[in-house]
Formats: sequence, C-alpha cells, structure tokens
Amino acid sequence: MKVVYEKTSALTDQTLSYCPGCTHGVIHKLIGETLVELDVLGRTVGIAPVGCSVLAYNFFNVDMVQAPHGRGPAVATGLARSLPDGVIFTYQGDGDLAAIGTAETVHAAARGENIVIIFINNAIYGMTGGQMAPTTMPGQMTQTSPYGRDTATAGYPVRVCEMLATLDGVAYAERVAANTVPNIRRAKAAIKRAFENQVARRGFSIVEVLAICPTNWGMTPIDSISWLTEHMIPYYPLGVYKDKHAENTGGGGV
Amino acid sequence: MEEKVLMKGNEALAEGAIRAGCRHYFGYPITPQTEIAAYMSRRMPHVGGIFLQAESEIAAVNMVLGAASAGVRAMTSSSSPGISLKSEGISYLAGSDLPCVIVNIQRAGPGLGGIQPSQADYYLATKSPGHGDLHMLVFAPSTVQEMADLISHAFNKADEYRVPAMILGDGMLGQMMEPVILPAEREVKTSKPWAANGHQNKRPHNIINSLFLEADILENRILDRYKRYAVIEHNETRAENFMTDDAKILIIAYGASARIAKSALTAARKEGIAAGLLRPITLWPFPVKEINAAAENARDILTVELSMGQMVTDVKLAVQGRRPVHFFGRTGGMMPTPEDVLEEIRKIERNGSI
Repeated sequence: MKVVYEKTSALTDQTLSYCPGCTHGVIHKLIGETLVELDVLGRTVGIAPVGCSVLAYNFFNVDMVQAPHGRGPAVATGLARSLPDGVIFTYQGDGDLAAIGTAETVHAAARGENIVIIFINNAIYGMTGGQMAPTTMPGQMTQTSPYGRDTATAGYPVRVCEMLATLDGVAYAERVAANTVPNIRRAKAAIKRAFENQVARRGFSIVEVLAICPTNWGMTPIDSISWLTEHMIPYYPLGVYKDKHAENTGGGGV
Repeated sequence: MEEKVLMKGNEALAEGAIRAGCRHYFGYPITPQTEIAAYMSRRMPHVGGIFLQAESEIAAVNMVLGAASAGVRAMTSSSSPGISLKSEGISYLAGSDLPCVIVNIQRAGPGLGGIQPSQADYYLATKSPGHGDLHMLVFAPSTVQEMADLISHAFNKADEYRVPAMILGDGMLGQMMEPVILPAEREVKTSKPWAANGHQNKRPHNIINSLFLEADILENRILDRYKRYAVIEHNETRAENFMTDDAKILIIAYGASARIAKSALTAARKEGIAAGLLRPITLWPFPVKEINAAAENARDILTVELSMGQMVTDVKLAVQGRRPVHFFGRTGGMMPTPEDVLEEIRKIERNGSI
C-alpha cells in the first residue's frame, strides 16, 4: 500500500495529554515537520514551559529541558550560549510568557538571543483550570473573572508581537492562528521562517499562534474556532510585525 | 601555571572559577559581590567564555540551569537578597540533578538589610535553599586563598554528584585583599551523557526535568537522590582543626567569624586558657564527626557567628547534649572584635559548665 501520510519523526510515540479539540497537537506537528525539513533534529534542544504543554518534553524527539514557570527564555539563553551549533526553541503559553515570564521574554528579545519562541495564545490558563490570563479578552469569563474581564480592575490584554517588534534585538515576529486550514499553512510557514532565522544565526524570532481551549472556554471545538475568529483576531491582528531580514519589504510590518 | 598575587576575595574566586574550567557566568549587580561580575566581564572575552549580565537574579540562575543542562560548567553569584530570588532556580536545579555553582557573598538581612558582612543566610543555604526535599553542597571559605581554591573543589564535587553547590562567603571575605596563590588552569573532562546538547541522531532524546506527576515515581527519584546525599555526608565533610588537641573551650566558627575567633583564642592561650577552633569548611554536609572528635576532651563549646545563632543549632544536634553549647554573635552587619570573643571565652572559663 502506498504511504500518503506519516507522523513526523520529530514527534515520539507518546500519547498526547491534550484535551479533545485542543490545537497544541497541530502546532507540535508544525514544529516537528519544520525540524525534519531543516534537518536539525540532532542539534535541537527544546524547552517545555509550565502549563498544559509542560509534558512537551515527552512529545518532541529532541533533547528537552523543562523550565520553571516563565523562565523558558532565560533557560534558552543559557543553552544557546553553551551550544554554538544548537537550535534552541521554547514552547510557551500566555501565562508563562506574558505574565510570570514577561521580563525573561522582553530581555531575551532585547539581547537578540539566537532562539525561537513559539508562543501559544489561547487567552486563558489551561492547566490550572481556566483562570484569567494576561491575554484574556475584555469581558471574557474565566474562573477568576467570573463576571467577565473588567478592564477597569483587571486591565487590558497584552499584545506581545506588537510590544516585542519595537525592540532592535528582534529579528522576526509574526502572529498566526490555528483556526483554519489556510491559516495553519501560514502558521507552518511562519514557524519555518523562525527556525530558518535561527539556523542562519539571525537572532530572536517569535511566532505567536492564536489557539483555542474548548475545555476551559466551555465551548465545542467548532464554536471555539468561531470565537477565536470573531473575538481574538480583531484584537490580535494576524501578520508579520517584524522581519529584519525580509527581502524588499523594508523590515516587515502588518 | 601557579602564580602568587594580591587580590580581593571576590576577584580570587572569579579567577579560581575560570581556572576550574568555568566559561559561563550569568549574574546581576548587587553589593558586596559585584566585583565577581565585573571581573568576569573583563576576563571571559579573553578566555573564550561567556559573561552575561542578566535582567534579574531569577533570570541569571535560570541561564545557569540552561547552561548546566547543556553540560558546561556554569555559575552565578549574588548576595543575600538576590539569593532569595534564586531559590526557585536552586530548587529546580536540585530537582533536575544539575551540577553548577552559586556564590552567596552574604550581607545583612532581612529585607534589603544592609551591605555589611553577615552570616545570617546559614539556614537559607543549608536548611532551605528552595522548596522541596533537597540539599546542595555548601562550602565556607575563610581566606582569599580558599575563595580561589574552594570554587574549583565546588565545581568538581557538583559534577561528581550531579548536585548544585554553593560558596557561602560574606562581605568581608569578598572585599578584603590577601596574597593568593592562583591554581594552575586545569583541563576539565567530565563525561555528561545525560546532557541536553543535541542527540545528533545517535541516541534517544535526553530530558532534563523535575516534574513527576505520579507520587510513587517522584518519591523514588527523591529516595535515589537521598542515597547520593548519604554518600556525600559520608565522604565530603571538611573542617580545619586549630589548637583543638588540648582545648577545653572549643570554638566552632566558619568564614569571617573563624578569623576573629582565631585571633581571640590565640590571645586566650597567652592568658593560659586552653581554647581551640574547629572551623567547618563544608556547612552541608555538616562536619558532625569532626566536631565530636574535637569536643572529646573539651569542657565547653562556644559557637561564634555573624547572626542571631543559626549554625549553633547544628552544633547542638552534633554533640547531642554531651557538652554545653554557648553562643556569641553580632548581627545586622556588626563585626565582633577579637576582644569581644576573648571576653566570652574568659566568661566561660570563669563560670565553668553549669
């Protein structure tokens, strides 16, 4: 029989621990395919965050380090400075990257560390059961914003790509979404661009992926996709926020 | 090549680390240890090493975690308030079985405290370096020479046992200048097959991790680590005996207070008081055997610290009531004079044991 599709060799045979409908699995696959296509599996070290994807160290068939909550970019810095030929990436959620790890994220970006950050923004803390994240939408109900996120007391969502694009150390920042097949294909291209940057030693690259959390949003996966499309994308516009090394684009921009 | 030079304690420690093969330093400025970072920033570019000034002590210790995961000799340094911030990282380093060195040039606390020397982080270093069941090796230099020598020893032992190690100094040792014989540069060849440095498609993937969601598996990991700790406790204690053979009053002190105690007991000897000093060089593992041996013929024990009394609890546990244990300390950055300690020795001599 002719093989028409195979699981990427960059992922192990471990059963994923994610909920039905979750987009982590799709994004793992995109990273895995990229690492195989660039032929860098043997020199890649990935960093797992604290959150739903903490067990990512079991899923990727590369050397992995589990970092304290939010410290992924600092751990990645230590690895990148120790492994001159290494390909180093972190996989972080919105609480990990944009709340407890904001300082580590901003300064790794400012230093232009030669790392890739894959930032999963699903507007909620998943693993702890659905609390308000720094990226939770105004009015969004969560376990710790039961009446909806009130911007008067809980402030506003953080737009990470826009913020990091202002830093000279950032080579590449793009926001994509895992909501439709065309967008997932664009996400793959963005992830590949980020890892190509790293192989070429061009500095800090971040790909923000808008993702869904059906379990904690309390919606079906299909309704979750619609909610992402209707509520998140208008607040978090998709596009390239910075691409220092893009040809003929003057450095990118949405 | 060995060479004799006059150096500050902090600088001797930094040079000792480089000669021990450390090429990765991550730090953040804080008095009174900043000379370590400054020295590293000057020297590392000339030896092909990495100096990185982190955005915080938290980031610095996590950069150490990353570098140690990659299998290189990595270190960070700070002073007391900064060590509080590193606690999280130290716990993860211990839980992930990662060797590295953390330097604490202690200043007075609590809070922002002061910038004068202190030994009030003894508990932090030896009892509760971070959350969970864990230990780290703790070495206490007492001279500039030991600042240079113990850092090398700390790296070796950290690698040997796959544990984090701490150099617990203080502001006096960090700032003072003394002649020091710098050790010759040694080539380090430690095999680290567990490192996350890229599998090169030649082995299964390595995972550096402290998370174990099944309680029985986590318990077994900890039990295994405690077996290693037991070997450390058996093999790695170090202490200096100074005039302890015939000592009736045995002083126990480490680091800066051991220097003051030595002056005091030398003066006491001139007055005919048989005093001696047992100076712990390792604080964890604590030199229990050495203390009991030195206490064998002693009538009284006096513990001297730059704190309200922390190591004294370990001294009491070591002798288990067999000898009266007295305490003398100053805190908040105040230094006792040798005369102050001598007066304590005289009091014990006069009053005898109760």
